[in-house]
Amino acid sequence: MTDTRPEAQDVVLRLNNITKRFGALTANDAISMQLHRGEVIALLGENGAGKTTLMNILFGQYTADEGTVELFGAPLPPGNPRAALAAGLGMVHQHFTLADNLTVLENIQLGTVPLWYAGLGRARARAKLARLADDFGLVVDPDAIVATLTVGQRQRVEILKALYRDARILILDEPTAVLTPQESDALFETLRRAVASGLSVVFISHKLHEVMAISSRVLVLRHGRLVGEVATRDTDRHALAALMVGAEITPPKLTPLTPGPALLRLRDVSTRDQGTAPGLKSVTLALRAGQISGLAGVSGNGQSALSDLISGLITPQSGGLELPETPPRWTPRAAVAAGIARIPEDRHKTGTIADFSLTENAILETYAAPPYSKNGLMNWRAAEAHTRHLIDTYDVRCPGPSGPIRQLSGGNMQKLILGRALELSPKIILANQPVRGLDIGAITYVHGRLLAARKAGAAVLLISEDLDEIIGLSDVIHVISEGRLSPEFERGQLTAAELGLWMAGQGFTHAA
Amino acid sequence: MRLEPIANPSLARRLGFPALALAATVIIASLLAALAGAEPFGTLGLIVKGAAGSKFALLETLNRATPLIFTGLAIAVAFRAKLWNIGAEAQLYAGAIVTVILGTSALSGMGGFALPIMALGAMVAGAVILLGPVILKTRFGVDEVVTTLLFNFIMILLVSYLLEGPMKDPMGMGWPKSAPLDRDLRLPRIVTGLRLHWGFALALISAMLIWLVQTRTTLGYEMRAVGQNPQAARFAGIPVNLVLVKTALLSGGLAALAGFSEVAGLKGHLSLDLSPGFGYTGIIVAMLALLHPLGVVVTAIFVAGIFVGADSMSRAAGVPTYIADMLLATALLLMVLAIGLTKFRVVRG
Repeated sequence: MTDTRPEAQDVVLRLNNITKRFGALTANDAISMQLHRGEVIALLGENGAGKTTLMNILFGQYTADEGTVELFGAPLPPGNPRAALAAGLGMVHQHFTLADNLTVLENIQLGTVPLWYAGLGRARARAKLARLADDFGLVVDPDAIVATLTVGQRQRVEILKALYRDARILILDEPTAVLTPQESDALFETLRRAVASGLSVVFISHKLHEVMAISSRVLVLRHGRLVGEVATRDTDRHALAALMVGAEITPPKLTPLTPGPALLRLRDVSTRDQGTAPGLKSVTLALRAGQISGLAGVSGNGQSALSDLISGLITPQSGGLELPETPPRWTPRAAVAAGIARIPEDRHKTGTIADFSLTENAILETYAAPPYSKNGLMNWRAAEAHTRHLIDTYDVRCPGPSGPIRQLSGGNMQKLILGRALELSPKIILANQPVRGLDIGAITYVHGRLLAARKAGAAVLLISEDLDEIIGLSDVIHVISEGRLSPEFERGQLTAAELGLWMAGQGFTHAA
Repeated sequence: MRLEPIANPSLARRLGFPALALAATVIIASLLAALAGAEPFGTLGLIVKGAAGSKFALLETLNRATPLIFTGLAIAVAFRAKLWNIGAEAQLYAGAIVTVILGTSALSGMGGFALPIMALGAMVAGAVILLGPVILKTRFGVDEVVTTLLFNFIMILLVSYLLEGPMKDPMGMGWPKSAPLDRDLRLPRIVTGLRLHWGFALALISAMLIWLVQTRTTLGYEMRAVGQNPQAARFAGIPVNLVLVKTALLSGGLAALAGFSEVAGLKGHLSLDLSPGFGYTGIIVAMLALLHPLGVVVTAIFVAGIFVGADSMSRAAGVPTYIADMLLATALLLMVLAIGLTKFRVVRG
């Protein structure tokens, strides 16, 4: 990369002590950073580290509780997306924001032509687009319908869209997540040309090799704090991995238990890809009684497929799912009947029905049988009694069982879901991101319950993107990457940094 | 400007905005009447008088409300489960066809059993009509708004064919209508001499039953869960597609009862003007009632009153009866807006 000293260059973007809190959670804690003209900086961090919040503040989607943003030396008014765009910020989102049924040119012009403007200025737009495409090596047919383009071409259109609006700072959010390696290389080439002509780029990623390849400086975020800022040439992947996941973590005391028999086995299971999310690729896994199996991995690498499979939502395409008594049809109801407690990843969309009362939510999995339902009639008295029991036993803070569940905080909602599942004395517990977005108190509570279930002989599968959580709670750890499952590692066998490399896709023997 | 959800809307908010919508409807309707060259408030007065000003008027309104309660219930049940049944008109006619077939031939002389069998037959026909679209939806993801809507046209053409062909009344002097039901296969009047038949009572009972189904039965719970959040319902193990099929059977059956009640209670035969769009007006009825089955009874009577009142007003004041449609459309749009405003507040910036 460029060897010029950043200090000598113009500062185009400056964040001063940005702090943003969501309730008890501090998403950004006094973050300061600078971006210079003609450089690529990488913003590195796990999911939930605060990258997205920071960019949303920059773009005026959120207002920072403290701190200021300066663009090209002028303060940026907070909470005003239009001002950010006008000042020359351009964002390329991970999920494209293109209209599939319009042409490239129409997409690029979309939103730039005033409503009462006579004519569309097509010719002028076409000329400008041709010039940009030439300058940056972004060759796309302006008259192609977006639906016919490949993912890589669509991303080029997104970048052109930003450049067309005269962006001088490009922010790319996980741009390579959906690209093939060849497309990624082409993207990097484009970015090099962009910075050479004076643009500045913020590259958000958690893929270490890409960060090493493209950036001149790396900023590492962790739990909302800026934990490291290094010149790329002075660091390496191992050091970055350690920074990203936090170096040595002292795990909570796990009383050693002798694991019991396997209660659920996956043998060579593959499942279908779902959109851009990969399915499982020949996964073999055993969940044993009295053991917590941790599943580490970067988001979107097959966790959903594994979770959906064990939840009963999908069936294996090949391979076998084995339980002591394997039911004839694998459905969510069969999974519950087989003694699987399921804590879904998204408690708002999947775990609960927002406008239903606590009572109606508490019996979602068990409503069809007595005592809640007899001869097609509901016994609401029994349901409410059960809900009161859950509220007391699992310390759900709420106005009462008949209010809608959407009024509850995330922690209390999760406690009700936890209670709903654990009251069935499950043999297997699937906990997918059980503490995401919760405050410390609720996290401790949920973890305590999982550890108690382990002690009582349940087999627990803990899926999390927070490596600390995995390392702290798991007896054995698997890493998932692009649908492939790593071998089983014993507790303490690998360091966080080593796990980080597996998470980045190293060490797998078969191709994805 | 953007909308910000309100967590717990106050009672004043929940009552105030709908009341405001009603007031605005009256004002706009008055302006429309004035535009038509009539004296605004007098016109509205005539509508009220025509709808409820006498025993005769009131019974006429209740008669007109009867099919609207059935179609309103059909739509409320379906929409509650987010099954967009726009085809109540088709299901109504399916019910009417079967009512006439059973009521003109097979069942004469069966006495007390005949009417329930006709009603049941009508319900089965309506349910079957909706079954196709719902299976297309659950199996292939075909949008049921389109398929159920298209069924309305198919049914109207089918009825037209039947009335010109196989079901044409040989004594009908060439008019496209069916043979009349046997005298003893008609729904009797509730009070002798007054033009209100037992179909109205059946509609009230249906509304009560549907309310009980939704609040007390397992199926009701499933239907609400599927409507509110199909993803969570599926995750929890609720058989979403099966619930949709059951919902469709119930909804189609209810709409078909409108056809049964109109034929057996009022007209006595099948004709192409059996329904002046009861299936579509049922959507307005259900929406105004916020999909509540008991609310459907109230809004159906309200909507029927506007139609009946506008008919009578039109004769007296010379304002076209189309004002009834405009009044209803205005009321519906403003009510939807008002319901939105009870849940969201408008924020600048």
